[in-house]
Amino acid sequence: MIDAKLITVMYVELLLFLILFPLIPALILTVLRNENLRAIVVTAGAGISALGSILLLAFSVGQNQLFFTVPAPDIALVMLVLEILIAGYLVIVSAKAKQFLVIGFVLLQLLLIGGAEYLGLEGHSKVPDLLTDEFSAIMAVIIGVIGGLICIYALGYMREYQEHHKDLPDNRPKFFAVLFLFLSAMFGVVFSNNLIWMYFFWEVTTLCSYLLIRYPETEEAINNAFRALLYNLIGGACFPIAIIYILVNGGSENLGIGSLIAAGPAIALIPASLIAIAGCAKSAQLPFSSWLVGAMVAPTPVSALLHSSTMVKAGVYAIARFAPVFDGQVLGMVIALIGGVTFLVTSCIAISQSNAKKVLAYSTIANLGLIVACAGVGTPEALWAAIFLIIFHAISKSLLFLSVGTVEHRIGSRDIEDMTGLAAPMPKVGLMMLIGIAGMFLAPFGMLISKWASIHAFSQALPPFGMILIVILAYGSAVTVFFWAKWMGKLLEVRKWEESIEFKISKAEWAALIPLTALTIIACFGIAPISTYLIEPFLVTMYGKISDLIPASNLMIMVLMLALIVVLPVLMMKILIPRRSLRRYMGGVTVKDGVMEGSLGMKREIALSNLYLEDLFPEAGLSKYGSVITIVLFCVLLLGLISGGVL
Amino acid sequence: MITILTAVAFLIFAPVIGVLVSGVDRIITARMQGRVGPPVLQPFLDIAKLFEKEKVGVWQAPAVLIFLHLAFMVVTGLIFFGGGDLLLAIFALTLSEVFLVLAAYSTRSPYAHVGAGRELIQLIAVEPVIIIAAVGFYMVTGSFAASDIMNYSGLPVILLPGIFISVVCILTFKLRKSPFDLSTSHHAHQELVKGVMTEFSGSTLGMVELAHLYETVILLGIIYLFFVGNPLLAILAIIVVYMLEILADNSTSRVKWLPALRGAWLITLILGGGNIIALSLL
Repeated sequence: MIDAKLITVMYVELLLFLILFPLIPALILTVLRNENLRAIVVTAGAGISALGSILLLAFSVGQNQLFFTVPAPDIALVMLVLEILIAGYLVIVSAKAKQFLVIGFVLLQLLLIGGAEYLGLEGHSKVPDLLTDEFSAIMAVIIGVIGGLICIYALGYMREYQEHHKDLPDNRPKFFAVLFLFLSAMFGVVFSNNLIWMYFFWEVTTLCSYLLIRYPETEEAINNAFRALLYNLIGGACFPIAIIYILVNGGSENLGIGSLIAAGPAIALIPASLIAIAGCAKSAQLPFSSWLVGAMVAPTPVSALLHSSTMVKAGVYAIARFAPVFDGQVLGMVIALIGGVTFLVTSCIAISQSNAKKVLAYSTIANLGLIVACAGVGTPEALWAAIFLIIFHAISKSLLFLSVGTVEHRIGSRDIEDMTGLAAPMPKVGLMMLIGIAGMFLAPFGMLISKWASIHAFSQALPPFGMILIVILAYGSAVTVFFWAKWMGKLLEVRKWEESIEFKISKAEWAALIPLTALTIIACFGIAPISTYLIEPFLVTMYGKISDLIPASNLMIMVLMLALIVVLPVLMMKILIPRRSLRRYMGGVTVKDGVMEGSLGMKREIALSNLYLEDLFPEAGLSKYGSVITIVLFCVLLLGLISGGVL
Repeated sequence: MITILTAVAFLIFAPVIGVLVSGVDRIITARMQGRVGPPVLQPFLDIAKLFEKEKVGVWQAPAVLIFLHLAFMVVTGLIFFGGGDLLLAIFALTLSEVFLVLAAYSTRSPYAHVGAGRELIQLIAVEPVIIIAAVGFYMVTGSFAASDIMNYSGLPVILLPGIFISVVCILTFKLRKSPFDLSTSHHAHQELVKGVMTEFSGSTLGMVELAHLYETVILLGIIYLFFVGNPLLAILAIIVVYMLEILADNSTSRVKWLPALRGAWLITLILGGGNIIALSLL
């Protein structure tokens, strides 16, 4: 029996280690210009962060929620000073770029958080600073392992990126330093119990996102970086308001996530909803979503790390944390509807896109919308679905982003139309892409299990909102099938076997792609243990008792289906494959395979283009309508908050 | 135990029922057109013959993907008739359909390519109704498990009239019948030749046909669920619905995909969506 006090010390050290350790590689990388040394530092830094997070996950099995106070009383002051410095930096760069709206919001936030600190300076040491439970540990593994793999991938990718963009200054030292600073801030967000701490780390992630989006330093990149900054600041302003509300109404003992949830909806609903608004901005929900689409100008590892698998997850993490508060509340349902509308509208827009990164961006927004919908519904089953969505989306989407990045450097395009028959010249990456896409929407894979659980959850949610969400989900998931399946089809439209062009792909890129592919499959087999040992205990802590979730027998069927997909082709290959190969039917005179001769002797090769249905799903029109609907919903939410505050 | 038996029964008898349904369908269709029509077992003979043909194809992938299409169609039926979760069965069905679409794409035939795109449009026209129907059954019976729904003693159709009408409408897509035979049809004399199936031949085409027999039985099973409390009425309903489908097939000409999709979505939204939202407020 280990002493309880010892465990606490160990935990605090591990949590602080995870938050602080990435700063060491970040500092080293700022000054390092040698490529080989950089590779060593990045690999070591990523590896240690990943191991640390896995260790934390192992510890968290069988542990309850734990809260810790960091024995350093001056730390609040340090954070305030850092916040002022960050604000100063943002004011200077915005003034240079004449982005006065951004300056306004930076100053507004500084004012608000200054006010909050002033109100709570004596009190807020009362609440524990850090927390850990299964949910934080899962988030930590996503940040540590997937984030680490993406950092390693970036080594290879960024070298080629600089070769392709000779006109750009080589700012890679800064680039990798910001990546590690970002990892540190993300660990901070998911381990914070004190909302003032969480807000601090939250703002650091916004800063990192801004810096990384403007990395290409083109006019477009700079504009998009400021847009991302502005939207996150608008949403982020709700965070200090929530803190002030708690300090004014509930007292500083409710400033911790744990105590705030325990205080119940009567006290927690308004601050939780305010934080949910900040979360919606960070998770790029409509009407904020255009910042995330614009962020795709950044190098692909940035899109994979910040704008799909981790930073945007901070938003949904914050909302999901407060899910028990939203359970059965109309305000929670309004938040859920915002997520639901975002899911449907952005899924429709994804149909009309042929740029692979934009498809991934819109599908990311859509999936975040679904997570917001689950978190807003707030029942145990919905939260179960939300956490699984977070896990599987992080894995599959980062795999997809990275494989698109690799393909882009090989074929010189990120357009899906240019990936016709990619399975021939790039069989391995093509297969990985197929697995990643399948992971996003097909039956035995994880995302679909989460969708399934969300349907179960929505059908028990507050009527009629639950049913409205079901209808939204039914249409949204149909649309999802469309744009993913046509992409898969494109990859398989093989003309003839060509020589592989994969030998040029760097080791660093393989080192990330292979584990992520493996994780996509392993995580599906692991659903039952993840649910039993991690998520169900977490739900019991949050809700007390929980009813039956997805029954184990159904999960078994899913695993069997997955096994069938893997085993059947191998078993049947010999029996099934054609003995003789024929030319395609071309409806005229076929000169050679795939080329036909017309009536005037013209020879034409077939060119196949996918359906994009721009008339039915126009990007601009849908964004407009989606924004109008969600703005109305946000107004309803704000009205509810104001009237709730008065009453 | 009973559920395992029904699952096994499905595996063995579904093709038999499918052949009979399809054979009778062909005779009635022929009579409507003033022909005598083939013998009832003609669909069986057709498929049997396909499996004796030489295996040829454009490359290896399509045959494997079609096998997966068939395999997961069978899995769908096993889950459904084995009393499993309705949503799980629906997802397996979608997976099976996606394999068919991928097989069509992978042939890289211009006709199959157009067919695959249209098959996907049909898929998204149909998907919302089926999910909404499953939730409708949950609201009426309190369970997503097909075995629990089978034990329900009332007639779900009374509470789910809107959903029932939408399901009947989209059944035309699923049975590949006019006016919604967009991606392929029984007749090859058209602008997209045989659509998705253009490049499939021999046993590959045979597997597609076999999968369609299984699918037909699954779809009729869903109609059955609407009348589950009264088996006699349920069988009568299936016959009436199928007759309507044949009538529609023979009296309409194919519509373009856009009005088909719009129409299916609108009907689903108003009748299906309206039905479950109203039901939740009751």
